[in-house]
Order: sequence, then structure tokens, then C-alpha cells
Amino acid sequence: MSTVPRAIEVSDLHKSYAGHEAVRGIDFAVERGEVFGLLGPNGAGKTTTVEILEGYRERTSGTVSVLGMDPGERPRALRERVGIVLQSSGMYRFVTAREAVAHWAAMYPNPRDVDEVIALAGLQEKRDTYVRKLSGGQARRLDFALALIGDPELIFLDEPTTGFDPAARRQAWDTIRSLRDLGKTVLLTTHYLDEAQALADRVAIIKDGRILAIGTPSELGVGSATRVRVSWRDGSGEAQTREVADPTALVHELTGEALARGGAVTDLTVVRPSLEDVYLELTAADDSGPADQPPVRTEAANV
Amino acid sequence: MSDALALTWRQYRLERRMFWRNPTAAFFNFFLPLLFLGLFGAILSGNQDDLDVIVPGIAGMSVMSTTFSALAMNLTFLREQGVLKRMRGTPLPSGSYLGAIAAHAVTNAAIQVAIVVVAGKLFFGVDWPKDYLELVVYVAAGVACLAALGVAYSHVIPNFDAAPAFVNFVFLPVIFISGVFYDAEDAPAFLRDIARALPLTHIIDGLSGAMVTGRSLGDNAGGLGVIGLWAAAGVFFAIRGFSWDSRNA
Repeated sequence: MSTVPRAIEVSDLHKSYAGHEAVRGIDFAVERGEVFGLLGPNGAGKTTTVEILEGYRERTSGTVSVLGMDPGERPRALRERVGIVLQSSGMYRFVTAREAVAHWAAMYPNPRDVDEVIALAGLQEKRDTYVRKLSGGQARRLDFALALIGDPELIFLDEPTTGFDPAARRQAWDTIRSLRDLGKTVLLTTHYLDEAQALADRVAIIKDGRILAIGTPSELGVGSATRVRVSWRDGSGEAQTREVADPTALVHELTGEALARGGAVTDLTVVRPSLEDVYLELTAADDSGPADQPPVRTEAANV
Repeated sequence: MSDALALTWRQYRLERRMFWRNPTAAFFNFFLPLLFLGLFGAILSGNQDDLDVIVPGIAGMSVMSTTFSALAMNLTFLREQGVLKRMRGTPLPSGSYLGAIAAHAVTNAAIQVAIVVVAGKLFFGVDWPKDYLELVVYVAAGVACLAALGVAYSHVIPNFDAAPAFVNFVFLPVIFISGVFYDAEDAPAFLRDIARALPLTHIIDGLSGAMVTGRSLGDNAGGLGVIGLWAAAGVFFAIRGFSWDSRNA
């Protein structure tokens, strides 16, 4: 029993804009030191939810607690302990990267070392370059640096790697992992499923303002040993796919057949479902299902 | 409190530094009134009565361009770019940020008025100001009023592409009817009435009193009242409509 409040607690959160309900009753909690992923298609309510937690928007109803404080009241003490990387936000153009980080550092009570953060963001070579001359990826890394300079306990990352090339993405992932190693809490929104799978300890899948499922990737059936997809090309060249609990028998059957006719099993793959499969299944099921079905709760005793 | 003041000061210094680093913006900001002064000075050269009108007129125009126009344009730009939203997510108190931006505009207004005063003395036969207190009072009142109106007006501007048109739609007619380039008393009555309901005419009257005619603060008290009313409306709408994020605007 700890008296330290959870990093984030959200219960029965609603947000309406002029008749449109963007968020329709969301509950989740993020533990300290956890990397939590909010995953969903565009317009699902991810950004609305995160912006309520960041203090940018007011909620319509429900309770929200961030580091034990109410972000709706915008306490400065909260802003001193939180770092925010917005989906897209402009920056002054006629400051150098280092000046910007140093300027931000002065706003926080216990900032990290400016040059250390510049190095962490991989901007050493651009430290004396004006922001207007930075490339898109470099500007994004400056966003990271500005969010981390205050040594925050909790970091919001709203689609942090959108527009990155693959190498830059891997680098950003390493940075995010290093945040977890430092014991920071991270709330990550993304529509890249591989990103959520690679980084998040737990994931909430959100669509139409509701949480469809919440849990660790393995709890959601990602990489599950009980559902395996086997694909191959049959004797007539048709692509076949079957989902089975145990592929042993099916693969044996396929290879046996092929050997018997003196041929080969072509294009044989045996894969465990990825987060993408789970996600597509859930979001598709939601489209055909009744409008008010309860969310799938695969989470353990974590809420 | 002292912390908020220290942060205001830091932000103000950053704004100043960035301003001078954007050479085109800085150049045009200070060049435009000087260009106008030079052109009209050449056209009107030898006609001291007209020069006595144009010098305080350009000073008044400078107050409006550095506060009203600059703030309406800059805030629209910063809001659209997401810089305001970014600042909003930091511990920097809102008051410190807005105070720094306002102080930056005030500094530009003060520099420009000083340039116009010096140029008036050196080149256009206008003596040093007769009443420095009156000059300071009217620059301060003009800055407060037009800065507030500039912030309020930025809420109406839908996006940065539209900002120059929106700003000039107000700025150009107002400087023409408010007697920047001629004595407002010579304008047709209906224009004069409109101009007298607007703040810039009274700011220019006050500057003219301080710099040229010697009309005292007391004689212009009604004008200060009009400026005060506009300032109050400006502050009200500046605060009421303020948005940090263009999507909520």
C-alpha cells in the first residue's frame, strides 16, 4: 500500500463538443514507471483524452487525476512535473536549438543539464543552428529535448514518431525506452501498431470515444500461443489461411501431402497474431456489433 | 512573484533577441515610419505647418503599427503555428508570457517614437518636445489601448494568410482618417466624426500637443477619455476571447 498517487487515473471521462460526443465514458489508470499506449484510428478520441490530461481541454464530466492533481485546474506544480510532446506544434524560428533548451530549463525548478539533454536528443551537431533551419526530424527531436529538460516524472507523447524515417524511429524508440529505464511514466498515443507493441507495457485500444480493450500486449492475445495463423499455397496455387490453436497437426498434414505427391509446400508461414491483427479484429467487430457493447476487459487485476 | 517577474524578464529578452535576428521584420518595422517621414518631409519641405502635422502623425502611426498591427499579426502567427499551445504546456505563467510580449511591443513603440522625435528635430524643423510628461502619458495610453485592441483583434482573424488583409483593413483607413498625413480638422465632417470616435485621432492630438502645439494635458482630457474607453473594451475582449490553440478558436 503506497500513498503515492498513480501517475494517471481516469474514470468515466466524457467530452462533448456542440452535440458531438468525442469521448464517451473512458476509464483507465497508468501506474508509475509504466509506458502506456493509447491506440486507435484517427478521430477515436485519443488526442482529446490526452489533451484533457495535459490541461489543454476541459472535460464535460468524469474524474481525472494526474500525479494526484486535477489537470483541469492547471496547477503550475503539475506543469513543472510533466513533459509534453504535442502532435504538432510550432517553435520560435530565430533561436538556436541550445538557446531554446536553455530558455525552457529556466522555467523548471529542477532542470536537467542542458547539454546532456541536447546530447540525449541527438542534437549536438545542430546545437547552434536556428530552429528554422532544422529538418522535420531534428525539430521533432527538439520537441523531445524541450519536453525532457524539466526532468519530468510523466511524459506525454502524442504520435511522437509520425513522419520519421525508419532509422529515426528506432532512435526515438531507444530514447523512449531509456525514459522507462529512468523510471519515468510515459503516456504514448500512436496509430503505429508496431510502435505500441515495441514500447508499451500496456495498451488501450480506443475507438469512437470508448475503450474496446485494455491490457498488456500478451493479454490482448498478441503473440498468443493459442491462436496461430498458418498460410500456404495449395496444389492449385490458391493462397490458403487457417487459424488454429496448435499448428503441429496442420503443418504435418500439409507437408505429408506435399511429400506424397512429390511436391513442396510453397509460401508456408506460421505466425502468431500481432497487435495489428488484434486491433483490426476488435475495431472491425465493433463496427458490426451493437453500439453499446461493453469493452473487452482482458486486463488483470491492474485497475 | 519574483520568480514570475524573472521569467517575464527572460521571455522579454528572448523576444527582443528573436526580433533583431529576423532582419526583414526588424528592418520594415523601423524603416516604414522613417520612409514615410522622409517622403512626406521631401514633399512638404519648407511648409512648416504641414511638417508640424506630419511629425506627430507619424509618431502616432508608429504607436499603432508596433502595437495593434504587430500584436494582431504575431499572435495569429504564434497561435496558428502552435507556439502559444507549446508555451501553455510549460510552467511559464500565462501572465509572464503575455507581459513579455506586451513589453516587447511597448519597447518597439518607444524606440520608434524616439526616432521620430529625433528626426523631427534634426530634419523637419520640429523642436524638442515641449511637454515630456504629456508625451509619455500619450505614448503610454496609446500603447495600452492599441496593444489591447491588437490582441482582441487577433481573435477575429481566422488564419495567418488572412492576417495582413485583416490588419490593413483597419490600419490603413484609420491612419488616413485620423490625421496622420493631414490635419484631421480639414477632413469632411462625417469622416471627422468617425475619426473622433476612434482612439488614434486623440493619440495624435495628444502627441501633437506634447511635441508641437503645446496644448496641455488638461486641454486634451476628453481625448484621454475616448482612449480609455477603447482601452477598456480592448482589454475586455482581449481576455475574453483569448485562445491558445487555433482549433478551439
